[in-house]
Amino acid sequence: MRIEYFQLIDRIVDLNLADRKISSEALVPTSSTIFEGHFPGYPLMPGVLLIEAMAQTSGWLVVAMNRFQRMPFLAAVKEAKLRTYVKPGELLSIDAHLEHDGSGYAIVEAKIRAESKLICDATLTLRVLDFPNAEMEREMRDRAAAIGLTVEALADG
Amino acid sequence: MSSTFDTIANIIAETCDIPRDSIKPESHAINDLGIDSLDFLDIAFAIDKAFGIKLPLEQWTQEVNDGKATTDQYFVLKNLSARIDELVAAKGA
Repeated sequence: MRIEYFQLIDRIVDLNLADRKISSEALVPTSSTIFEGHFPGYPLMPGVLLIEAMAQTSGWLVVAMNRFQRMPFLAAVKEAKLRTYVKPGELLSIDAHLEHDGSGYAIVEAKIRAESKLICDATLTLRVLDFPNAEMEREMRDRAAAIGLTVEALADG
Repeated sequence: MSSTFDTIANIIAETCDIPRDSIKPESHAINDLGIDSLDFLDIAFAIDKAFGIKLPLEQWTQEVNDGKATTDQYFVLKNLSARIDELVAAKGA
């Protein structure tokens, strides 16, 4: 996890297009400038970044479902529950399931576990739009490849 | 009025916290009821689920942007009800 760069997902560990679900992993760094402020003397992974980790995992699922043709953007967070603290060095397992593939939007149920314990969960709405420009599309494909999500892998999905 | 209208009026009332009595068949979802695009996604999701369809929001938006249709055709609720009935009928055909 490169938390300062908003690269929260380390790798895709499972992708099942037929069941419309994905699993990813993310290792919370042991040190980060973010922990200097959140909180001094008691470092915790910010809840908003846990939601972002669920959103990114959900986004990769949507990208995979549409074969890198379109880009999801987080639009709404519902029923978000942050159930317990996450400390530096914890390994997070993130699952997302596409609840509904709408016209120009997607509804995804996502949750994070650490050592099988449920950390948080939420229902996310993503707007699904054309890539705003070629650079972003290229960067997304590169990032996807870096975490193990490739067009080739999708062919097997 | 059709049960389709009643269903979507109830969805709008619940989703957007709009008094049910103020939602009429002639109401324009955007211009009269003040529903924005993000709230309309919630409504679309609920409609998709309730009727087992997929409202073609992107197609409708494109048609409006291209001047091939007016928002009234899709967002005045009696017209939206008719579009939903068409989609449901097409699904069963």
